[in-house]
Amino acid sequence: MKENKKTYWKGLEELTNDESVIRNAEREFPEGPSTLDGSSRRDFLKMMGFSLAAASLAACEAPVRKAIPYVNKPVDINPSIPNYYASTFASGGDYASIVVKTREGRPIKIDGNELSPISQGGTSAIVEASVLSLYDKQRVAGPMADGEQVEWSALDAQVKAQLASAGTVKIVTNTILSPSTEKALQQFADAFGGAEVITYDPVSAYGITKAAEMTYGSAILPTYHFNKASVIVSFAADFLGTWISPIEFAKQYSKTRKITKEKPTMSRHFQFESNLSLTGANADYRTPIKASQNGLAVLALYNAIARKAGAATVSGAAVEVEYLDKAANELWANRGKSLVVAGSNDPNVQIVINAINDLLDNNGATVDFSTPTYFRKGNDAKMNQFVADLKAGRVGGVVFYNCNPVYDFVNGAELGEAIAKAKVSVATNGTLDETASLVKFVAPDHHYLESWNDFNPRKGHYSLSQPVISPLFKTRQAQESFLIWAGNDTNYYDFLQENWRTSLFSTQSETSSFQEFWDRSLFNGVYAVESTSTSVTGSADVSAAASAINRVYKADNAGTELVVYTKVGLGNGTFANNPWLQEMSDPISKATWDNYLTVSQSWASEQGLKMFEGATKKAKVTIGDKTITVPVLVQPGQAKGTVGLALGYGRSKAGRVANGVGVNAYELLTNANGFTSYEITEGVSVELTSDSYKIAQTQTHQTYMDRQYVIQESTLPEYKENPSAGRDFPKVYMEGEFVKPNKISLWKGHRYSNHHWGLAIDMNSCIGCGACTVACQVENNVSVVGKEEVLNRREMAWIRIDRYYSSPEGASSNKELEAAADNPEVIFQPMMCQHCNNAPCETVCPVAATTHSSEGLNQMTYNRCIGTRYCANNCPYKVRRFNWFKYHDNKAFAAVNVAQNDDMGKMVLNPDVTVRVRGVIEKCSMCVQRIQSGKLTAKKEGRRVKDGEINTACATACPTNAIVFGDMNDPESNITKMLKIEDNNDSPTKEVGEERAYHVLEYLNVNPNVWYFTKIRNKDKSEA
Amino acid sequence: MQVTSSVREPLITGGKTLKDVTHDISRQVEGKPSIGWILGLLVSVGALGLGGLALAATLWEGIGMWGLNKTIGWAWDITNFVWWVGIGHAGTLISAVLLLFRQKWRMAINRAAEAMTIFAVICAAMFPIIHMGRPWVGAYWALPLPNTWGSLWVNFNSPLLWDVFAISTYFSVSLVFWYIGLIPDFATIRDRATGLRKTIYGALAFGWDGAAKTWSRYESVALILAGLATPLVLSVHTIVSFDFATSVIPGWHTTIFPPYFVAGAIFSGFAMVLTLMIITRKLFKLEDYITIGHIELMNIVIIITGSIVGIAYITEFFIAWYSGVAPEQYAFVNRAFGPYWWAYWAMMTCNVISPQLFWFKKIRTSIVLTFILSIVVNIGMWFERFVIIVTSLHRDFLPSSWAMFYPTWADVGVYLFTFGLFFTLFLLFAKFFPVINMAEVKSIVKSSSEKVTK
Repeated sequence: MKENKKTYWKGLEELTNDESVIRNAEREFPEGPSTLDGSSRRDFLKMMGFSLAAASLAACEAPVRKAIPYVNKPVDINPSIPNYYASTFASGGDYASIVVKTREGRPIKIDGNELSPISQGGTSAIVEASVLSLYDKQRVAGPMADGEQVEWSALDAQVKAQLASAGTVKIVTNTILSPSTEKALQQFADAFGGAEVITYDPVSAYGITKAAEMTYGSAILPTYHFNKASVIVSFAADFLGTWISPIEFAKQYSKTRKITKEKPTMSRHFQFESNLSLTGANADYRTPIKASQNGLAVLALYNAIARKAGAATVSGAAVEVEYLDKAANELWANRGKSLVVAGSNDPNVQIVINAINDLLDNNGATVDFSTPTYFRKGNDAKMNQFVADLKAGRVGGVVFYNCNPVYDFVNGAELGEAIAKAKVSVATNGTLDETASLVKFVAPDHHYLESWNDFNPRKGHYSLSQPVISPLFKTRQAQESFLIWAGNDTNYYDFLQENWRTSLFSTQSETSSFQEFWDRSLFNGVYAVESTSTSVTGSADVSAAASAINRVYKADNAGTELVVYTKVGLGNGTFANNPWLQEMSDPISKATWDNYLTVSQSWASEQGLKMFEGATKKAKVTIGDKTITVPVLVQPGQAKGTVGLALGYGRSKAGRVANGVGVNAYELLTNANGFTSYEITEGVSVELTSDSYKIAQTQTHQTYMDRQYVIQESTLPEYKENPSAGRDFPKVYMEGEFVKPNKISLWKGHRYSNHHWGLAIDMNSCIGCGACTVACQVENNVSVVGKEEVLNRREMAWIRIDRYYSSPEGASSNKELEAAADNPEVIFQPMMCQHCNNAPCETVCPVAATTHSSEGLNQMTYNRCIGTRYCANNCPYKVRRFNWFKYHDNKAFAAVNVAQNDDMGKMVLNPDVTVRVRGVIEKCSMCVQRIQSGKLTAKKEGRRVKDGEINTACATACPTNAIVFGDMNDPESNITKMLKIEDNNDSPTKEVGEERAYHVLEYLNVNPNVWYFTKIRNKDKSEA
Repeated sequence: MQVTSSVREPLITGGKTLKDVTHDISRQVEGKPSIGWILGLLVSVGALGLGGLALAATLWEGIGMWGLNKTIGWAWDITNFVWWVGIGHAGTLISAVLLLFRQKWRMAINRAAEAMTIFAVICAAMFPIIHMGRPWVGAYWALPLPNTWGSLWVNFNSPLLWDVFAISTYFSVSLVFWYIGLIPDFATIRDRATGLRKTIYGALAFGWDGAAKTWSRYESVALILAGLATPLVLSVHTIVSFDFATSVIPGWHTTIFPPYFVAGAIFSGFAMVLTLMIITRKLFKLEDYITIGHIELMNIVIIITGSIVGIAYITEFFIAWYSGVAPEQYAFVNRAFGPYWWAYWAMMTCNVISPQLFWFKKIRTSIVLTFILSIVVNIGMWFERFVIIVTSLHRDFLPSSWAMFYPTWADVGVYLFTFGLFFTLFLLFAKFFPVINMAEVKSIVKSSSEKVTK
């Protein structure tokens, strides 16, 4: 286009160069307003853009973050630095001295307190999991009267007034270990006309205390010393799992089960029982007997010993019990260093047991009645009387403290109906459970982690618990409530201190300052008064007991017998609402989220029942007029003619996790003979129905298929001859000779110039209790996935305990090997990531999300993981876990995975460990966060890490020290010594001198950093 | 212009002239879709939609929608993946290897077979992506792309990474090969068409002018691509087999896998080609182009590859026993007699016994029986992968972790989705693209220098 040179004017003004034109020449619209209220066009656009962006951003839901910085930092709290407080776990008579780890003021982990002579640093699954119960959002949020929330002052006024005019007041409680609590209760009782305190235990040991009273004159539990026993005989006492003080007993027992070439001795353990208990699973000789023969077997043992001792025998129906004579012989040969215990709640049986221990000179040596233990103070007779009184309307006011009898006492439902007959009823329960929901006033107690308290678990032994967090709800310590109702306005902390000042301060001479004494006791968590044990003498009428036994027990009972037991995970059911415990796989049955009728294999085959992958049928159990329907689990080792059922399930008002899980076995118990009987030997009928059911088991295959590359075991006589007994030495052919598999590798191998972390696991002392599995779950924020997902075989556990039964003797074909023997030997193998030095998972990950550290760890980078699961497939140990769904912040899992789904539950999460996102693999990290923090501490102090300073959660929790963690490059470390590592060089392949140590699947040469020690059974000869 | 040789059977029957060829093959591209085609498409799109729900549920909720568990990390996903990749192999074998061996009978079927390859590879490639826990990052983290994460790189040790390269190479080469072959035929359709169709096919034809020089280049490119594609026939399934062979799992850790997988792939691929061709020739009335001779020849390939696969199965058992390695021995006994015995015997029946029926000429020249057996073979090959993957994983070293795999509706749905996708694409191809390579087929209408009889 030709250029146009003409000039066009916008108007005459421009032609004339008018002043207004010149002034406004720069403006776009010279005549109009170029600004909008003082803003330019550009500002307008900016503002419009901003408003648009702001409006659209505002539409996006911004997460509300509730991190509030400290305005004034509390003295002890440093962000990211944990604090530890010694405290005490006690639930009724279940006791453990603990150390609580808190982060930014939140308790997140419980470890054992090594200073305690009782629990000795051990914990159990229940203790480990109890920290989550603190954050249960279904706890009672404040005091309630007639189902309405009220103020404490209003509640106090009403309770005081009404109790004063109620007439007879009774206080019902489980065992109270706390002397100060008893004192406070006494004040309360005194204020209300000498109210009686009635103690019962959900799982009673009344038989033992009653027998002690009849034999030695005082109704107490003795102190047992399993560590001093060379021969242990147990009649259905599950002392490693659930009986009285399992943490302590496991500690003691394990000391007799650790063997070395230099000290090839271990205790011999006989178990006579109906259900296969955890203890029975660890026994060297186990005989399944019917519950109805239990008393007779004890009598038979008494007679056998009495004959040897030249004492009078008593009459007892003859009963054929395998290994009983052998047990008698060995007990007699080990007089003074043997121990006989019985789980029976029948005082007559316990009298005979006392007599046996007396004959064996065990009294004062392994059983100490002069040092009473207070774990079970329950009196079944008194409690029965109370229920009768309540039903008859003879009780005007009742206070339930620290107990839930409507659920966990015999005929609890009747008790529940009768509560309304009392004019006043008060419960201090922390949740609106079966009992608390029926009372008039609920005065919720603190969780134990919010409370001050003291404990006296055993004569001369004291411990303290201290609050590690401010109360989360408007709860009040029950003792304080009692004091207030008694008209005493002292707060419980002062009351407690005062009590210690008056009663305990004088028992020590180390310091003259009470404050110092108190601070030291509080710091240590425990305080012990020196006392000497003496043998208590006394005798009961054994022949009277024997005739009572002969009346009740029968050698030839044809009917089915029900033996009610407690599981290691759920115990008596107090903590049933804790998903960690519900999902913990039972040490024996490997089942989660259920109780079930355990039946013998022979019964199952008679009924044509075969379990496959947890699929089973339900059975109808009828006892008298009571009928329950319960799924059946085929249990090898179950005595023929007996069935077992666990307590602790069938909660109706425990909360969202536990309600409706399983059936309530307390309903089936009887107290016809004056004590609560857990063995129902008459009138039981079991009928298999056609209803199918699935039990969620984490392991469905029973045996190890005689695979020596997995399980290596031997017997003590063989071990004495050859420390390598039971070992399997795979050899690979290379260039004309057979060599160890680790001599052949494609890889050059890593070099560990600094640390080389490893684990040594002693299968001889592992009792399979599963404390490690829960500890790991807590420490590493492992998700709970719920029953459905366990059924889908998707539990997330980083550490599991593989439980294998032996196959029947002579089994050789695969089909035969798959079946478990009728009374199998049991072996437990803790299994976690083996941290292989030639890791099959590492080579196959396409994105290098799993790699090897310079310290021997196989590490998982969640952020990099894309979730192909190739690593999980290629893992020979199958320890890798995949996040199939989003388990956190997901409504579908909110009811089970409470620790990752609501604000309250999330407080328990370990901030040092990532909560894993959907679609990534996770697995044992060997607690890398602990390693890292230990190394940092050492680095800050300019030194090397000391052995024992760092420990994994599983090893810390283990009550038997079966798991040992350490640096295999450190010549002084415990693990180096255990394994007898010859050369602590930087090589990943450590040559170990310990004959028992082996790698699972050694022939693959994946070269793990986890070593297993062969299982040695104290048997005369190898037999299945 | 039909030529009859005294020694050779004619490759095209029915006395077709060059014009007939153009007409017969362009006919369904130009004509209205037939009722059969529309019904087929409806069913395929239906399957696609229905399966899409399962796919959406999987992507939205997570892999937990499938029946996998802690022990069995792969099942239907990778079974389907290997199965689809295997099917793809026949196309490449027919068009590349047979081209190099100058097997002219391939010309009538190579177009469709290659299309099948491409669609099967698309279906296959879907699985490695959707089976990831986090496909939204995995889809590109699995590629060696430069990134801002320092020295973070992919893991070249991982067979899964080799898969990424193998499958993507295979897909690109196959696609280019197939498209280059289509160009002269697009030009033919362009030249016969008017209006919008002319524009579209014109664009697709890339300005093909039919000049001698163009033809010459075309031939060279085809030969070069055939040369490139030939090793892929062997390499792709070899690499897929490495996913298993390089692992430590008994039943996977097997050096026989590469040849065994390649044979199996060709085996299943030919079966799929037969399934599709028998339908196509009927639907589009192409019996003169895809003759009984073709079917018989393909059946012979099936006998050979089926026998190789059968020998491989037996060899595996022998080696497991001979190795003296107990877990290895157990893995194979468990395959045959464990809880998944039915899958194993389904595989043995379908893959080892059924192809042997083709020794009978009556059977291998029967359309109906061939069709049935082709489906049986593909069922068998699916079971082969299922047996290898699931029965090896479900009982490996530690009996504590032994488990069973039960598929869920989402497993089935996602498989259905790939069927829907495959058949939708194939039907669209069959309608809008020339299903037989007209240009090449024209060169075999007269297959010898004998005199013309008509």
